[in-house]
Amino acid sequence: MEYLIILVSAIFVNNILLAQFLGCCPFLGVSNKLSTAVGMSGAVCFVITLATLVTYLLQYYVLVPLHIEFMQTISFILVIAALVQMVEIILKKISPSLYQALGIFLPLITTNCAVLGIALIVVTKEFTFGGEPHMLNLAETVVYAFASSLGFGLAMILFAGLREQIALNKVPKPFRGIPIALVTASILAMAFMGFSGLV
Amino acid sequence: MVLSLGIICLASSAILAGVYALTKEPIEAAAAAKTNNAIRQVLPEFDGEPQAATIEADGTTYDYYVVNRDGAVAGYAITASASGFGGPVTLMVGVTPEGIVYRTSVLAQSETPGLGAKCSEPEFAAHFENLDPAKTKLAVKKDGGDIDAITASTITSRAYIQAVNNALAIFRSITEGTTPDVATGASTAGDTQASADVQSEEK
Amino acid sequence: MGKMKLITKGLVKENPTFVLLLGMCPTLATTTSAINGMGMGLATMFVLVLSNMAISATAPYIPDKVRIPSYIVIIAAFVTVLQFIMQAYTPAMYETLGLFIPLIVVNCIVLGRAEAFANKNSVIDSACDGLGIGLGFTMSLTILGLVREILGSGSVFGFKFISGDGILAFVLAPGAFLALAYLIVIFRKITRMN
Repeated sequence: MEYLIILVSAIFVNNILLAQFLGCCPFLGVSNKLSTAVGMSGAVCFVITLATLVTYLLQYYVLVPLHIEFMQTISFILVIAALVQMVEIILKKISPSLYQALGIFLPLITTNCAVLGIALIVVTKEFTFGGEPHMLNLAETVVYAFASSLGFGLAMILFAGLREQIALNKVPKPFRGIPIALVTASILAMAFMGFSGLV
Repeated sequence: MVLSLGIICLASSAILAGVYALTKEPIEAAAAAKTNNAIRQVLPEFDGEPQAATIEADGTTYDYYVVNRDGAVAGYAITASASGFGGPVTLMVGVTPEGIVYRTSVLAQSETPGLGAKCSEPEFAAHFENLDPAKTKLAVKKDGGDIDAITASTITSRAYIQAVNNALAIFRSITEGTTPDVATGASTAGDTQASADVQSEEK
Repeated sequence: MGKMKLITKGLVKENPTFVLLLGMCPTLATTTSAINGMGMGLATMFVLVLSNMAISATAPYIPDKVRIPSYIVIIAAFVTVLQFIMQAYTPAMYETLGLFIPLIVVNCIVLGRAEAFANKNSVIDSACDGLGIGLGFTMSLTILGLVREILGSGSVFGFKFISGDGILAFVLAPGAFLALAYLIVIFRKITRMN
């Protein structure tokens, strides 16, 4: 039950893109075409879940016991950068087809603030999820990270679909490109606000 | 290649450790100042410094502060929290030895800006000034209580009230429990009054 | 290029928010009021100037292959220094901006300036460049914050000029996107006219 609440909360109510503004660069940058949006979402999903798992372990089994929590930001970003590189190499070796689909997005993901953002949120913020406020445990962390990245994918794919339609229309000149995309994002965010109060 | 990256990492870590050591004291001072300010906000004037203490109830440890005036306990500042809309709502609740909520102050909240976040504005906190829990029903009007909820933010209002109730519960376990320094504080001054009020509260 | 030109180009010609469209996450997330926008802008400027200088000074000694990780480490170090300083001296602002202070590490503006300018220019020029882009970013965030604050809560830098509430949507997520969209359009119109 609690995991269901985490899923609904992270995907719809507190959507990482439309409510928390994490990962806006790829959201606006690579959402021109539906196919690239799907590829990016897949890659982000994979990296966020894996990176959050690793940084969670790093925080509680290395940084906290050694009392060097002040190295948090620097070590997290290094781990994420190394992880992305590793995923790229492994993917190239074992699944060239998947690498073809996700490969070009992987280098972009290191500087996607959604990855570092989720990794930092789970070790700094208390969550409620229908019960007493508490820090997330390992299982909750993984579910939360995965659900957040699903939310990222959902918003991204919806948005890319909308932008493909907009591209067919005549848009006033100053609005072309990013501004009309932002107006669309605004309406999408408003739609997602309808989910608030669900959990 | 690896060497130069290693040197950069080492140099950065060394700089960080240095700055960490330098700013450690100011950071602690800033955190202490924040707590102190909150305590001063929620309690009547007192002498000296608030004494930090903890109490254990149902396996959870709660922090609270005791302040003295003229050698007697002048009040308790209790931190308490409850689940709000966007996360926990954490309050500093000032309770006088008679069990009256003197004032409240929001320590941390992550409610929706413009809606639930209004709980940290004075308008809502005014409901909890000199509030006698024996005379006022601590619940939003929707739930049959006496408190006006923040417009369109019933969940936040409920969380705020729940946190105040939690603080009062902690207060009761402090005063009625066996924590020694608190018990002596209550018995040296205002003894009769305090016990009378505790009784009226129980009714 | 003159030093003055380096500093002023970030304000209009290479404005990071309205022209280059970089660093969108903090731009959208922290501009619920003018003062928050300004705080975020200044925090980013602090990191930008220092990391630009450090990277410009060390660039000749860093092998090309480990360039990006090295820059990230340098930037992350300055961000953590900023975190300590803010925690110690401006704790309220640190709490308001929260997560978005450590996230300066992955702000494309900072890494972008390191890669595009600092690693091939002198320390002084890099500092000016960081200052210029930082000022442009601060200006944009303050304007966006001001617009959202006026429409959303009916106040300017915290001073309320209407009683009651503003148009709440502008403080919330949808208003962030909408206000930024219209500001970019207005900025485009004005700069084209000149």
